[in-house]
Amino acid sequence: MKRKHRLMQGNEACVEGAIAAGMKFYAGYPITPSTEIAEISAEKLPLVGGKFIQMEDEIAGMAAIIGASLTGLKSMTATSGPGFSLKQENIGYAAIAEIPCVIVNVQRGGPSTGLPTSPAQGDVMQARWGTHGDHPIIALTPSSVRETFDLTVRAFNLTEKYRVPVILLMDEVIGHMREKVELPDPSELTIIDRKRPTCSSEDYLPFMPEADLVPPMADFCTGYRYHVTGLIHDETGFPSNSYQVADQLIRRLMDKIEMHKEDIITWEEENTEDAEILLLAYGCTARAAKAAVKALRSKGVKVGFFRPITIWPFPEERVRELAEKVKTIVVPEMNLGQLVLEVERLCNNVTKVERVNKINGEIIYPEEIIRKVEEVL
Amino acid sequence: MPSALVEKYFRADKLPQIWCPGCGHGIVTRAIAAAIEKAGLDKDKVCVVSGIGCSSRAPGYLDFNTLHTTHGRALAFATGVKLAHPELKVIVITGDGDCTAIGGNHFIHACRRNIGITTILYNNNIYGMTGGQYSPTTPKFEKGTTAPYGNIDKAFDVCNLASSAGATYVGRSTAYHAALLTSLVQNGLNNDGFSLIEAISGCPTYYGRKNKKGDAVNMMEWYKNHAVNIAAASKMTPEALEGKFLIGEFKNSPEPEYTSEYQKIIDRMKKER
Amino acid sequence: MEKYEVRLSGSGGQGLLLAGIILAESAINEGKNAIQTQSYGPEARGGASKSEVIISNAEIDFPKVRNCDILLSLTQKSYDQYHEGLKDGGILIIDSSVNVGEDHGMHQVYSVPILETAVLVLNKPMVTNIVALGAIVAITKVVSHDALEQAVLSRVPKGTEELNKKALALGYEIANNASRQ
Repeated sequence: MKRKHRLMQGNEACVEGAIAAGMKFYAGYPITPSTEIAEISAEKLPLVGGKFIQMEDEIAGMAAIIGASLTGLKSMTATSGPGFSLKQENIGYAAIAEIPCVIVNVQRGGPSTGLPTSPAQGDVMQARWGTHGDHPIIALTPSSVRETFDLTVRAFNLTEKYRVPVILLMDEVIGHMREKVELPDPSELTIIDRKRPTCSSEDYLPFMPEADLVPPMADFCTGYRYHVTGLIHDETGFPSNSYQVADQLIRRLMDKIEMHKEDIITWEEENTEDAEILLLAYGCTARAAKAAVKALRSKGVKVGFFRPITIWPFPEERVRELAEKVKTIVVPEMNLGQLVLEVERLCNNVTKVERVNKINGEIIYPEEIIRKVEEVL
Repeated sequence: MPSALVEKYFRADKLPQIWCPGCGHGIVTRAIAAAIEKAGLDKDKVCVVSGIGCSSRAPGYLDFNTLHTTHGRALAFATGVKLAHPELKVIVITGDGDCTAIGGNHFIHACRRNIGITTILYNNNIYGMTGGQYSPTTPKFEKGTTAPYGNIDKAFDVCNLASSAGATYVGRSTAYHAALLTSLVQNGLNNDGFSLIEAISGCPTYYGRKNKKGDAVNMMEWYKNHAVNIAAASKMTPEALEGKFLIGEFKNSPEPEYTSEYQKIIDRMKKER
Repeated sequence: MEKYEVRLSGSGGQGLLLAGIILAESAINEGKNAIQTQSYGPEARGGASKSEVIISNAEIDFPKVRNCDILLSLTQKSYDQYHEGLKDGGILIIDSSVNVGEDHGMHQVYSVPILETAVLVLNKPMVTNIVALGAIVAITKVVSHDALEQAVLSRVPKGTEELNKKALALGYEIANNASRQ
């Protein structure tokens, strides 16, 4: 009998999710703590008729998945800090050329080589603004092994639906820990494939958006001969130096996110109804925050829990609403203050915002959060 | 009136191209189209990939599935295209800076894998798009805007580089020797594995002017008078070869191609399951 | 039983990562929740290494072991490095080669010849981890014998089932013979 419950590693759940979502192509470069994602992809992809390639460097890994995606295959790469830095230029290419792809970053301590085997959450701002120029991006942060599976599926669905690169922002704790999971049956999953053109090749304008602002995408080499470039381009796909075309293109790319943010943004909250203090945390830190909430509630402290699952775009409206209800928001994160900047901006000095920061390579402990809450009570 | 070849393979509405008067790139690009015609390829099954630079603008004029990528990365993007869909003919158009400086790592590894990509390297010995900086193929002691006192780097021989790294078809021609260039590209397209064709293309605007090579016609004459086909070179004395450079087919030794080797793994795993 | 935090320590190459995975899978076989984490990097290639397991009937929020209920130390170095993380009243299981001196606080200490059994009795150092698991479960009853054996058999290479069963049984035996110090 097949066991329903399994002990599974976060990185393994990522590959399981990717394959369930229809991943058929993986290109990457070995880097701790994401390497298991490459290893398991190398093992599993040929078994489903997919392709795996270990490229010569991180940049090439990102380039190859864009090339493969353009031919119609759902594609993914995985990396960590230094590799994430190297991939940035081509992430921008995927954003401007609207090529669906999933980039997994299992965060480790930085900057530079930093702490290769220790967790961190220092790439939050890089996930948003790592590549140059205004560009759309979606970033999701799992805080359990099961959620890593779910969000990998969702990352593929979102990138296919909106033609925006999606970053799965994991951390070393979630990537390496093994946890009891029960994976859903494939029949329970919603799988989204990119829109493909229904018109004839003569009538096809590769970058002409539909009402949802997303242009249908033809697989390369299927009779719709067209041009793809990282230059500013018009709806034909060819470069343009027109001010108007540049303005329209960048605004449309950004508006794709704005128009669909209700579909894109998800979060989890608990105990917020009567909360006076709100703990806002994500990734592995959210688990410490959840333990802190339980401990504090048992002592009668009115503390609530909010976890952005989509961190880019940030759940602005909900955080703004909560900020009006609570006295203080405490933001623990494994960096010296990144996502807290969003929270501070939304609170606009009306609600107090407190930070709990740790950058030594250790996960934040529940008691460190509890101590901060007791300080601000 | 465009010729039948141009009519068939170029996006005539995108012409004229952006290249300077006297630039060899137009001739090289036409030679590629002629080779595709001779090889009898299906336009819908051809993907042309380029990086950034003067040469990399060529795909915009060619009526195939064309992918203009980031600087140096054409071969990495092309590797993704080819591995995803091995039935496609993948052609990379690149330049000396794009392919051997910023993209050097991708170049040697694409050669090493022997992946089925035909690469045409437009070698104009200079960074043209950015205005004349020295490149990895600028001869020693010649000048660029960033080598005002002469370049002290040793130049790459890109054909030797490709051969040593594992490319299975290697050849060189010039914009003057367009017929030879067409036949080398055609042979490259017929090679299942990785092919590198170096197309020496004069840049009178920057390389020529900086190094007192004369105008476009003078540069063409220089190629005509200094290129020696490798087939003829074996019968020539070292004295006669002094100051000359070799063109022609340097390597043609087919080996198993990368994506078909990968397909064997997929097929084997299917059987074993 | 509400929640157990277990730390398995020793040196790289003793199979403690797999031991942690098997222990966590044993707990899952019994319908409990479990999380396993480990040390990575150079540490896992020699020196003191550790693999940690949390077993609980309830949801496990914080995934890392802080102060453990059960500590296994197979080497002196790992004992020296990790014994302070054992709770007062916690169970310390050491290989008989490890010297804890007089100062082992409020801990319940069991000295068990784990390495000797694997190396000299079974002549298979690679089953050190399985002998250790037998000893831990015999002493702590953190999971049932059946759940453990099922987990061991589903993880070990084909053809080594009998060897591993024997290693497990010997682990039980030497633990039951060991007296609390």
